[in-house]
Amino acid sequence: MSATHAPTHVSGLAAKRIVTGYGFWIFLLSDIIMFAAFFATYAVLQDATAGGPSGHDLFDLHNVAIETACLLASSFTCGVASIGAQARRAWLFHGAMLVTLILGGIFLALEIREFAGMVAQGAGPTRSAFLSAFFTLVGCHGLHVTAGLLWLLTMMAQVFAKGFRADIQRRILCFSLFWHALDIIWVALFSMVYLLGAGS
Amino acid sequence: MRTGRCGRACRIGGFVIATLLVSGCHPAVLDPKGVVGTANSTILIDSVIIMLAIVIPTIAATLGFAWWFRAGNRRARHRPTWAYSGRIELVVWAVPLLVIILLGGVAWVGSHELDPATPITSKTAALEVDVVSLDWKWLFIYPEQHIASVNELTIPAGRPIHFRLTSASVMNAFFIPQLGSMIYTMNGMSTQLYLQADQPGDFHGLSSHYSGDGFAGMHFEVHATPPDQFATWAAAARARGPVLDPVSYGELAQQSRDVVPFTYRDVAPHLFDDIANQKMAPAPGPAVRNGAEVANGAKP
Amino acid sequence: MTLLGKLTWSAIPLDQPLPMIASAVVALAILGILGWVVASGRLPYLWREWITSVDHKRIGVMYVLLAMVMLLRGFSDAIMMRTQQALAFRAPGFLPPEHYDQIFSAHGTLMIFFVAMPFVIGLMNFVVPLQLGARDVAFPTLNSVGFWLTATGALLVNISLVVGEFARTGWLPYPPLSELAYSPGVGVDYYLWALEISGVGTLVSGVNLVTTILKIHAPGMTYLRMPMFCWTALASNLLIVAAFPILTATLAMLLLDRYLGFHFFTNTDGGNVMMFMNLIWAWGHPEVYILILPAFGVFSEVISTFSGKPLFGYRSMVAATMAICILAFMVWLHHFFTMGAGADVNAIFGIATMIIAVPTGVKVFNWLFTMYGGRIVYSVPMLWALGFMVTFTIGGMTGVLLAVPPADFVLHNSLFLVAHFHNVIIGGVLFGAFAGYTYWFPKAFGFRLHEGLGRAAFWFWIVGFYLAFMPLYVVGLMGMTRRMQQYDMPEWRPWLLLAAAGAAVILVGIVLQVVQLVVSISRRDELRDLTGDPWNGRSLEWATTSPPPAFNFAVLPTIEGEDTYWTTKQRARQQRQLADEPDYIDIEMPRNSPTGFICAFFATIMGFALIWHIWWMVIVAGVGAYATFVVFAWRDEDEYVIPANEVARLDRARRRSRTDALAAWDAVP
Repeated sequence: MSATHAPTHVSGLAAKRIVTGYGFWIFLLSDIIMFAAFFATYAVLQDATAGGPSGHDLFDLHNVAIETACLLASSFTCGVASIGAQARRAWLFHGAMLVTLILGGIFLALEIREFAGMVAQGAGPTRSAFLSAFFTLVGCHGLHVTAGLLWLLTMMAQVFAKGFRADIQRRILCFSLFWHALDIIWVALFSMVYLLGAGS
Repeated sequence: MRTGRCGRACRIGGFVIATLLVSGCHPAVLDPKGVVGTANSTILIDSVIIMLAIVIPTIAATLGFAWWFRAGNRRARHRPTWAYSGRIELVVWAVPLLVIILLGGVAWVGSHELDPATPITSKTAALEVDVVSLDWKWLFIYPEQHIASVNELTIPAGRPIHFRLTSASVMNAFFIPQLGSMIYTMNGMSTQLYLQADQPGDFHGLSSHYSGDGFAGMHFEVHATPPDQFATWAAAARARGPVLDPVSYGELAQQSRDVVPFTYRDVAPHLFDDIANQKMAPAPGPAVRNGAEVANGAKP
Repeated sequence: MTLLGKLTWSAIPLDQPLPMIASAVVALAILGILGWVVASGRLPYLWREWITSVDHKRIGVMYVLLAMVMLLRGFSDAIMMRTQQALAFRAPGFLPPEHYDQIFSAHGTLMIFFVAMPFVIGLMNFVVPLQLGARDVAFPTLNSVGFWLTATGALLVNISLVVGEFARTGWLPYPPLSELAYSPGVGVDYYLWALEISGVGTLVSGVNLVTTILKIHAPGMTYLRMPMFCWTALASNLLIVAAFPILTATLAMLLLDRYLGFHFFTNTDGGNVMMFMNLIWAWGHPEVYILILPAFGVFSEVISTFSGKPLFGYRSMVAATMAICILAFMVWLHHFFTMGAGADVNAIFGIATMIIAVPTGVKVFNWLFTMYGGRIVYSVPMLWALGFMVTFTIGGMTGVLLAVPPADFVLHNSLFLVAHFHNVIIGGVLFGAFAGYTYWFPKAFGFRLHEGLGRAAFWFWIVGFYLAFMPLYVVGLMGMTRRMQQYDMPEWRPWLLLAAAGAAVILVGIVLQVVQLVVSISRRDELRDLTGDPWNGRSLEWATTSPPPAFNFAVLPTIEGEDTYWTTKQRARQQRQLADEPDYIDIEMPRNSPTGFICAFFATIMGFALIWHIWWMVIVAGVGAYATFVVFAWRDEDEYVIPANEVARLDRARRRSRTDALAAWDAVP
């Protein structure tokens, strides 16, 4: 019996798509708590600059604004991709996913450039506790984005190879939840780290 | 039958207590020799007594119910569907809550009165002692007497001691069980503690936070002496021994174990503050070659 | 940089007889078992039915098996520690500090992460879907991944015995001692990677069980009709989902310090050692509730079953469970009252800690009143439950005592503390695990455990426990601190000798449990559970055969109130017949998958490579793990069908054995 067979479910038992989405939400909540631990650490270590540069000295809000625009736009295009998947329109799905990939890629490239620049100035993560916390918090988000892009490519490959099968649709749902969650975390991140840090 | 069982239990209990007494068991924490320790142990014992008022009936009821309602006992009233009683619920929530309110009050008041940084009220001014925990020994600096001592603490009895504490390297905890509260020592910051030995005597001191392979050797003798004897001791220490300056401190800071007590006849000014705020770099860890430890203070 | 990073032949401690002999024995045992499996042609069965299984019942059994094997390793560490402390009065003993410090660190790490956690997770995995009237957990393949990643962590810790060393920092690696400067060897790295990897497994299990309990149950099973064990499982897994990410983050920060020179917890450059304490205990305190809540659930089941009564005050118990769940996050500072946070902070956390004692006390009283008016059968699980109620009350009392900051100021880190937490973990978690193991063993394997040996094991355990740990309360009050490799206070010695004797008594208990298992297997036909309901149980798992078929229930049961199986059973007994045969339909079940096992294989290699700085191997293993998931995602067949007539055949056999049991049932209750 293949996976295209509609799953039989008895009333009282939730459908597979609901269960999958629910479980993935729980996972996302746990991931947010992990970020919360890094946020809390950052808050404690904000002023532990060990005589080195602080956020005020380092943050380029212009760059951050572009990164934010890219990420927010990519969330929109991810939404378009979800619509394409639900409507089973391959070109809409693949196109939107490709744009999402590009926007996410730009975000990552800008972030890597920012990190490299800071390291070159002697403001790398080994300089002080504040910088360790900064690189870890922002870097953790960046790692999640990288993993997300890898997942994105895998989903595109899956749809290309097997079409919009029910289990692949569930995975697309999970992917888009993940991508949107990363966006929400970014909003918290750039507010707490960049906006507050640059202003101090 | 019942008196026989009771008599037997009493005899066993008496035997155990006699054994304990004969073995010279005097738990240090419950045999305090200072005002702080006395207050700690009073709170400890009072809290246990308060809780025993619930714990003993609970355990007795557990064993009692288990025995009385055993399947073979036809005399017990069988209530196979009884699973709720509002009155019992009320009691079952209320009793622990009331006990906790009482104990909470004890905790609140006790935490404030016995906070380690709270000075001891006394007619005499406190003696200042600065404490540094190293790997794996204790350094006691007497800033007013300009001397220092390693692995042995001499203090005047009947006078409060104000400790400022820091660590040269890793976390430790300074503890003299018969004098009372312990406090952590951490590098880069200083903690505070007030203790007092009410009467002259010798006490055992130790580190109560594991700090590495030489940890078991981090105990020290505490000598509480009459005040004039303390002055004599301080003067004698001023007369002989090495000087504690940044160089000799650097040597002391290397990892070593089971250090025999000795004293320094002079101490560089502000040494404790420099250690606490990291003007003196933290003490090093084990020597490493090819990623493996080659020397960590172990005696060959 | 060499091809094998930091790994050289000197990593194998050829000059140390103890680890070399121990590893040789273990290696021989593993080879022996593997050899027997292959030679007797059982390898295909093992692969098909167990290693690649995604069935929650199989995975639950494997979790418990892992726990019991690790219990032997953790306990041998304990025996060595007790022996050392019995010998090392003004003498070096037989374990130099470098070894003793690894042994107590391994003891704590193994017992918490690889004995207690897998044991309760295994029981929850096995029982919860059955109690909910479900066919499996929400994400069966993920379940398998979670188990095998946990096994990876256990494997890495054990490899450290023979390749390299283990951490010498205790079961929680406080900085700055755990930083590279003071612990330059690979020991702390073994610890960190083992826990990061198995932490992923635990988190996955938490997500799985939360989703299962909240979303997958039989029609009519509303939340307030779930068995108490499911409620405590829910609370425990909510805590896992909320707390383990904090552990992951904190250990990651320590890894970044050690590997990349970051400054989260270093002494210099702004590092903050106190922050580690706060973070690690923000995880650490919920962790102990993660462990104890399922044990509480086991006792609720056992006490009500063996008293022949429903659980007293069900709703109150639910409220108490969820209160414990929430309060668990509000008390963490009581683990470091002596750090000097100030009177207000200490007092608030002390009071919050005491407040948790209230719902816990409510549970104890409700168990008491469950027994009241019942007809108590002293089965082995009930013995464990009674032993728990007495022992845990004492341990809880000493816990509330330690929650009073001035008392903690003289007892922190002492053997009094060690006695307290062993009191509640052994008396609570381990007794609960053993009760659950005995109680659900027949359901898992179709035959009961030998009763007499079980009783003997219980008595040796409980007497041994008191003999081993009550003296530690005394010696803690004498001022002895924990983790001492040697000491010179003569008054401590008699109590430590007594404690060592207690450990020996517990050893007999453990040996008896091993013997019990062997004897029960060889005498399984005598001990057969023919009906599936050997204890006259109250909840749905007892409606199935022992062991249940892969699909658990031929037709998902309709739930009528709490203790729904009891209601059905009583009705059948009164009417002297079963309910009508249901209409059987095809059942779809998830296919087995090697994903979990293969993923864990790569995770093991990746962990080992990270520890020894073999970077190329890290990349290869990482790619391998990712590829495993992609291959899994690419499969087209993820379910198989059990046809309706096969379902009918199995279920009719079950109904026949139940009808026979009914006929033999005497109508007098």
